[in-house]
Amino acid sequence: MSAAASAAGRTNRPVSVASFAQAHNVRRDDEHNEVEMLMPVVAEVFGAIGITKDDVDFICSGSSDYLIGGPFSFVTALDAVGVWPPKPESHVEMDGAWALYEAWVLLQEGEIDAALVYCFGRSSPGNLNEILALQLDPYYVAPLWPDPVSLAALQARALIDAGKATEEDFAAIASRSRRDALSNPNAQVANDTPAQTLLEDEYVVSPLRRHALPPITDGVAAIVLAAGDKARRWSKSPAWITGFDHRIETHSLGARDLTSSSSTAMAAQRAGLSDGPVDIAEIHAPFAHQEIILVEALGLDDTVAINPSGGALAANPIMSAGLIRIGEAASRISSGQARRAVAHATSGPCLQQNLVCVLEGE
Amino acid sequence: MPDSEALHASHRLEYPYSRSVGPVIGAFLTGLRDGRLLGVKGSNGSVIVPPTEYDPTTGDDTGDMVDVGPGGVVESWAWVSHPLPKHPLTTPFAWALVRLDGADTALLHAVDSGGPDELATGDRVTVRFRPAAERIGAMADIEAFVPEGGAA
Amino acid sequence: MADPTTTEDLGPVTTLATPIRLDFEFTPGVAQSRFLRGLEQGKFMGQRCPTCGKVYVPSRGSCPTDGVPTTEDVALANVGTVTTYCVVNVPFAGQSIEIPYICAQVLLDGANISFMGLIQEIPADQIRMGMRVEAVWVEPDQLTPSLESVRYFRPNGEPDADYETYKEYL
Ligand SMILES: [Zn+2]
Repeated sequence: MSAAASAAGRTNRPVSVASFAQAHNVRRDDEHNEVEMLMPVVAEVFGAIGITKDDVDFICSGSSDYLIGGPFSFVTALDAVGVWPPKPESHVEMDGAWALYEAWVLLQEGEIDAALVYCFGRSSPGNLNEILALQLDPYYVAPLWPDPVSLAALQARALIDAGKATEEDFAAIASRSRRDALSNPNAQVANDTPAQTLLEDEYVVSPLRRHALPPITDGVAAIVLAAGDKARRWSKSPAWITGFDHRIETHSLGARDLTSSSSTAMAAQRAGLSDGPVDIAEIHAPFAHQEIILVEALGLDDTVAINPSGGALAANPIMSAGLIRIGEAASRISSGQARRAVAHATSGPCLQQNLVCVLEGE
Repeated sequence: MPDSEALHASHRLEYPYSRSVGPVIGAFLTGLRDGRLLGVKGSNGSVIVPPTEYDPTTGDDTGDMVDVGPGGVVESWAWVSHPLPKHPLTTPFAWALVRLDGADTALLHAVDSGGPDELATGDRVTVRFRPAAERIGAMADIEAFVPEGGAA
Repeated sequence: MADPTTTEDLGPVTTLATPIRLDFEFTPGVAQSRFLRGLEQGKFMGQRCPTCGKVYVPSRGSCPTDGVPTTEDVALANVGTVTTYCVVNVPFAGQSIEIPYICAQVLLDGANISFMGLIQEIPADQIRMGMRVEAVWVEPDQLTPSLESVRYFRPNGEPDADYETYKEYL
């Protein structure tokens, strides 16, 4: 590998998460449109560091129009920011974590000094089981309408058959996540239920029981990214991004090893995750068993606190849950609870595409 | 300002998409209509099912089409006790990744096995096509896979 | 690539129908709901931006210039000015109005944004920018929280508005 290639994914120009805000995650917000959901969060992400929209040079958002069934909802959502005079702006039909990546690349290039990234995911207006089938191969797979729970269950079964996990492991992850979520004021599902009790749940799609599934969540989130001097001026304790990369695997489920995540491992390697120890990991594992696959791919040992926020099992706003992982990790660095952290986001069925962001304090 | 002020309405979106399938997917779907299962030779000699114009691992062009199946092995499965409205079967069934005989990758479809206790990873299954007159050149031409030897 | 022979005389499969039907439970949000409830009462309700003072009809809840919530409700006039228009001559499936017909942007008096409306009761070749128009509503017992409550706009006989009064809204 050439020097240039090995450096890809590492930070050249220091860039930090200067501010992070999210809405309280709920099962269904049926009172507000996307603009009304986003406005308070955008106001908070700016207000927390005393800046306004005039202080950012670029805006990038992540969302999917399929979720609310409204075309170009990402255009109207810009009304929540107020883009006058006009600003450079971009949108990805993906989780906000990928919007953050686009903004980070522009910051690396030196094109801009600060960016607003936001995302909105309303999972409640439509039927996620059907909407998420539309991201699958349109010839061979989508016409059968496999739902996301069924596809995740195929992966969970493969993991059990490979001797890498048990249903008890899934329950233990769900129990721990929702117990940790008790200290997360924005969590949707938080409770202290022992794994033994969770194992009495019915199967939704065997081998996945109710507790191993993410909740259906409406939520929005925003981050301000800032380079060097601006980051220091705006934030007393910025969380610096030291590495950032994302990788994708084939959409063909039957051509993948569902029990491992080579794309996560490659993204982690390119982002320099193993350069040093991390204190916490915020992992976007919508289904409990996926945490096991991701922990292995990230090479994390048991000294690392996994998902102290409760993770996606506590709230899984589609298109936002990944960005929230980065925000949660950054918040723990800014508050001094962690010195170095890794955040992860996923997209597609059975962890098809994965993003890894490594953050450090001063 | 009471928040309960917001109105609600149901809203239906319909997209009558029709897709061009190209030479490789087209050959596979034509095969289904004719009651055959086809794979395609990948760049390293492996056989990819369902076939694509490119090798999913290397991105290279794929080669000749070859017959596969009709039997195969269950690589993973998930039991659906309560089928959803758009699922391929209306009675409880398993989603499964089936590696057809002669193939190196697995195909996603339904297995009609009767019950979750009648199925295990590694089991052999075989294809059950719809009657020829009902087949149109689509994945639904396969009604389901069934345990080889006919449990269900 | 071998060409698999077909057992029937149907030729190879070249297309695949993949129809999609999705059902949603939609909410327009608080601000747009106020606009829609106004229509149910036979009036146009807008909202004012506390920063720039502009009145949006309908408001989506924010000022798209300032990005702040529009909180003050403003009842608007039933009359306005045609800022620009087009004449539709193209028939399409489901068309309910006889062509040619006029589709115009109408700037209601008191509003700072125009919206699209159908213009009737005037030959298509007599429409012009600056024309003053009024809304014609459905019968009171037919009013619903929907733009279908407004049948169309028609000339109200006032002299044309001065270009200076609407040039900002083109
Ligand atoms: Zn304003």
